[in-house]
Amino acid sequence: MTKMTYREAVRGALRQALRSDPRVFLMGEDVGRYGGAFAVSHGLLEEFGPERVRDTPLSENTFVGAGIGAALGGMRPIVEVMTVNFSLLALDQIVNNAATLRHMSGGQLSVPLVVRMATGGGRQLAAQHSHSLEGWFAHIPGIKVLTPATPADARGLLLAALRDPDPVFVFEHATLYPTEGEVDEAAGPAEIGRAEVRRAGDAVTLITYGGSLGKALQAADRLAVEGIEAEVVDLRSLRPLDTASILASIARTHRAVIVDEGWRTGSFAAEVSARIMEGGFYDLDGPVARVCSAEVPMPYAKHMEDAALPQAATIVATVQEMLRRRG
Amino acid sequence: MTAPVAREHALALLRQMVLIRRFEERSAELYTRGKIRGFLHLYIGEEAVAVGAMQALRPDDAIVATYREHGQALARGIPAASLMAEMYGKASGCSRGHGGSMHFFDASRRFYGGHAIVGGGLPVAVGLALADKLQGRPRVTACFFGDGAVAEGEFHESLNLAALWTLPVLFLCENNLYAMGTALARHQSQIDVRLKAQAYAMAADAVDGMDLLAVEAATRRAAEAVRRGDGPFLLELRTYRFRAHSTADPELYRSKEEVERWRARDPIALFTARLREWGFLGDAELAALEASVAAEIDAAIAAAEAGPWEPVEDLTKDVYTPVAP
Ligand SMILES: Cc1ncc(C[n+]2csc(CCOP(=O)(O)OP(=O)(O)O)c2C)c(N)n1
Ligand SMILES: [Mg+2]
Repeated sequence: MTKMTYREAVRGALRQALRSDPRVFLMGEDVGRYGGAFAVSHGLLEEFGPERVRDTPLSENTFVGAGIGAALGGMRPIVEVMTVNFSLLALDQIVNNAATLRHMSGGQLSVPLVVRMATGGGRQLAAQHSHSLEGWFAHIPGIKVLTPATPADARGLLLAALRDPDPVFVFEHATLYPTEGEVDEAAGPAEIGRAEVRRAGDAVTLITYGGSLGKALQAADRLAVEGIEAEVVDLRSLRPLDTASILASIARTHRAVIVDEGWRTGSFAAEVSARIMEGGFYDLDGPVARVCSAEVPMPYAKHMEDAALPQAATIVATVQEMLRRRG
Repeated sequence: MTAPVAREHALALLRQMVLIRRFEERSAELYTRGKIRGFLHLYIGEEAVAVGAMQALRPDDAIVATYREHGQALARGIPAASLMAEMYGKASGCSRGHGGSMHFFDASRRFYGGHAIVGGGLPVAVGLALADKLQGRPRVTACFFGDGAVAEGEFHESLNLAALWTLPVLFLCENNLYAMGTALARHQSQIDVRLKAQAYAMAADAVDGMDLLAVEAATRRAAEAVRRGDGPFLLELRTYRFRAHSTADPELYRSKEEVERWRARDPIALFTARLREWGFLGDAELAALEASVAAEIDAAIAAAEAGPWEPVEDLTKDVYTPVAP
């Protein structure tokens, strides 16, 4: 085990992939000379050269589409879209091509493409640089959507994405890059589609992913002081979604709070809630609750941004309220 | 007048154009009879473009086309039976009935669709060419698209990226002067499509798309430059569609006279006349050619009729690659 940051873990996985498979190459805006907008690919251009670490023009739709074509042509491209906010310019290629080509061709083609992007708010970047849209992507059959929350998963899920024969989108919450954790650099790829219980408990299940995992764990620690043991389930993959693990936890705790940085309306939390209704209704002692982002374009001022995003305090209050209503 | 081509080659080209024409005429009938559904975009009038351009491509080159791709698919050698079955929605179709008229695929012939988002095929073609370049394969990716696509950002982004990275893409703009009902001059400030390449420091040419041999020659020149490693090439093929945009189009935007003027330059009639001039073709040969095309299409329709439907249980089978147990 090695202690490293999330950023180093992603970089390590990229380096490992570039070293071990000549078909792998990285492309995106400023991944080379600049070293990556989040310094993830720092040093890779020097190590692997400009053929394999390719700076692209500001043409999100086209370089994502070129990734699709290169994947069809036998390569294993890793495309970095700087942030989810800019991925909106690539939605045509993602939704109309990456997701469809296998099925639309009657199973003749496959698109082994990995797209990585930063997501999420919390850095006072205001309304055009703070989106958390991974739930939108999870709506689309034909692609897979991963949301690593720890350095170990940042590495393991990226390696898994690279081994997958279909297009995989990896959402890296931008606040996670400097966070540290233990990583086993000898470990193989993680399993796509398996949630992980990050903390065991019996009073309530906090279901979350990505940038909200830390907040859920903080909330669980605070609740523990009051004698409330929360179980924390990290989804890790939004599509495929590990419904069985969610339901198994609810069968133990009988209560669920879903923490999701997306806006509440039409959120991924709504999907999780629906699955609990469908498969776990009779295990529930009360209604499912959601802690989501406020329905507002992200404000710049710190206190307003804090108020818009899910916070540990909101999660704690939601659980307390839920348990109060029990009595 | 002496012929610039060998008789056999010329007759083969004529047969391909006639096959496309008759295939589509029959498709239109089958559409009226409800055998084919969805959108049906006919290529009638533009046959010389697909047939001429395809001569410059080798079996290991790649093709990316649009929803108006019956001509390219046939000229590439995908069997008419497989295409007809696709339009019937049968599991024996080239895309297992998942695509229909707009989404023909044949991986074995490196035919990568059938793209129905205008401009959406261009980035994919750039990527296919990138894969070839990175793997050191001297192959060309030919990307067909219409004049309408020239207005899309993907066109400009793709030309730029292909030129910037010196990728072996042959951009083939089928300029039929209309994007649905919008004439080129009503959507482009610069209607000389070839000039768009200048902004990307890319080589370009334009050719009369009604003249089969001119198309063949121009595409060969362009493809050779691309294959040599000179970088991408934009070839504008000036043509016209004789039929409506699709089955749903009442054609309010152009006059009958305009269509008639273009019909006078029907690529099949023009080429047939030249073959007669050169003494390559008499009435009997032409009748035999038509009969053999008709027989091929009859057989394709019979096979499509007899073809199996995909079992409903397979509905979601091809969404993801199956994992080995
Ligand atoms: C992005 C996008 N916008 C609009 C449409 C609807 N549409 C289908 S075909 C077409 C015209 C395209 O014209 P052109 O590129 O010249 O091709 P042609 O049909 O003439 O072969 C339009 C607007 C579409 N399919 N995709
Ligand atoms: Mg057109």
